[in-house]
Amino acid sequence: MTRIFVPLVLIAMVLFASAPLVVANAPVEQTMGLVQKIFYYHVPSAMLLFVSAFVCGIASAVFLFRRSAAADRVALAAGELVVLFGLIVLVTGPIWARKAWGVWWEWDARLTSSLLLWMIFVAYLMVRRFGGPGSEKLAGAMALFGMANVPFVYVSVNYWRTLHPKTSVVMTLAPGMRGAFWFCVAAFAILYLLLLTLRKRLEDQQAMVEQLYLAVEE
Amino acid sequence: MKQFLRVAWVVMRKDLTVEMRSREIVYTTVFFAASCVLVFAFALVREGRPLEDASAGILWIAIAFAGTLALGRTFERERHTETLRALMLAPSDRPAIYVGKLLGVLVLMAIVEAVLVPMVGLLFHAPVLARPLWLAALLAAGTLGFASVGTLFAAMLVRARSRDVLLPVLLYPITIPVIIAGVRGTAAIFQATPDEPMARFWAALLVFFDVVFVTLSLWTFEPLMTE
Amino acid sequence: MKKTVLLLVLIVVLPGALLWAQQPAAPQGDFVPLSEIPQTEQLPAAPMVIGAYAFVWVALLGYVWSLWRRMTKLERELADLQRRVPKH
Repeated sequence: MTRIFVPLVLIAMVLFASAPLVVANAPVEQTMGLVQKIFYYHVPSAMLLFVSAFVCGIASAVFLFRRSAAADRVALAAGELVVLFGLIVLVTGPIWARKAWGVWWEWDARLTSSLLLWMIFVAYLMVRRFGGPGSEKLAGAMALFGMANVPFVYVSVNYWRTLHPKTSVVMTLAPGMRGAFWFCVAAFAILYLLLLTLRKRLEDQQAMVEQLYLAVEE
Repeated sequence: MKQFLRVAWVVMRKDLTVEMRSREIVYTTVFFAASCVLVFAFALVREGRPLEDASAGILWIAIAFAGTLALGRTFERERHTETLRALMLAPSDRPAIYVGKLLGVLVLMAIVEAVLVPMVGLLFHAPVLARPLWLAALLAAGTLGFASVGTLFAAMLVRARSRDVLLPVLLYPITIPVIIAGVRGTAAIFQATPDEPMARFWAALLVFFDVVFVTLSLWTFEPLMTE
Repeated sequence: MKKTVLLLVLIVVLPGALLWAQQPAAPQGDFVPLSEIPQTEQLPAAPMVIGAYAFVWVALLGYVWSLWRRMTKLERELADLQRRVPKH
């Protein structure tokens, strides 16, 4: 793990240092103007929000059925990252909407379902924090149910009203924008992997320290 | 299979017998639901006229709030007398115990709804008798969805600290689709001209939700309740 | 194992099918391009873009900082453990 860690960190640093330049060089979108540039950070974060939710849900399922403590630690790390990237999505989104739609918040399908998904994982972290001993299982069930809930939330909220640009917008980007966009996606994905491994590692070490404490007490 | 149903039946009868002795949960929950509706009436009725379209929302919010209360109390009783552990030690299928508890909660919520629906109909001029079968179907499917997730979480929370706040914190984000589908579906049949295709869409969504979440609960109950 | 696979199939495939089947034909109120919205208010875009980017950086750095703090705490605990372990 450590062997690929150093190159990963280097790549992430290079990508992130150059990301603002790449974004600045990308053509300015005609109808929306400069504010469209938020898109380069907003959409990769949203992608990672969903990826991370699924990582957390699947790791929780593995934890519940195979009783693997390592899977539980992956789930916790992914759960924290859902909340982090969700926060980024939910803050940059309204800033864009204020300019493009004229309002901070709109009850559109994608916004609302992202908010609900984010809330489920905030609840997940709350259970882990305040649930007391034995709350990992409860939290695991929350993550699993939260993951299963995604399509239901999406369908039910979609039937309400929709205002958000379609997902197909990614495929129809102008060539100059496409490059910058996938550059940002790559940078965010690597960053996500780094944070996930770091957080998981921290949790592993914490578990080890706890065991050592028990050993010393004896 | 027969054994499974018998265990579920016995657990449900046990819960209802205990409840019949004191009637604590039924009385408090029904009164709480009725007070909820009154609070909404004071908030939303202007100049003697209720807001258009508000009745469906009020009905479902009252159901969700009262349901949370009933779930919390049902398992608080088990915790108080340390009987959930005993129940878990019984030589029977864990999922059967879950189904029994779920049935008990469903009966309680059905009683609450039997009071709530006429009340909303009277106080908010909602045409509750316009499509009685659709209304019953939506209520049944929605209540099952809400209670199936709620029973699982409430059962797990018995062991947790600060269980009173955690139950709604966990339950409401997960059951948002139930609330949306219930409210929209009920609003569709409460319209001046009931919109049946709309009600059918939401009822179908609720049935899908029920199938997925009851199956998930049955599957996860065993590993979740094992210490 | 079989159970876990079945479970995952249930959670991923079934609702996915639902999503496809129930996709509403035409969502009410489609996205309206900005050019068609009457431009009643013109907001300066640059501060908003910079604000959004600054927020992303603050959030990420804040998270890394919190990881750092938790690691420092862990190190302290390790030092504490080291003191408590009897010397051989």
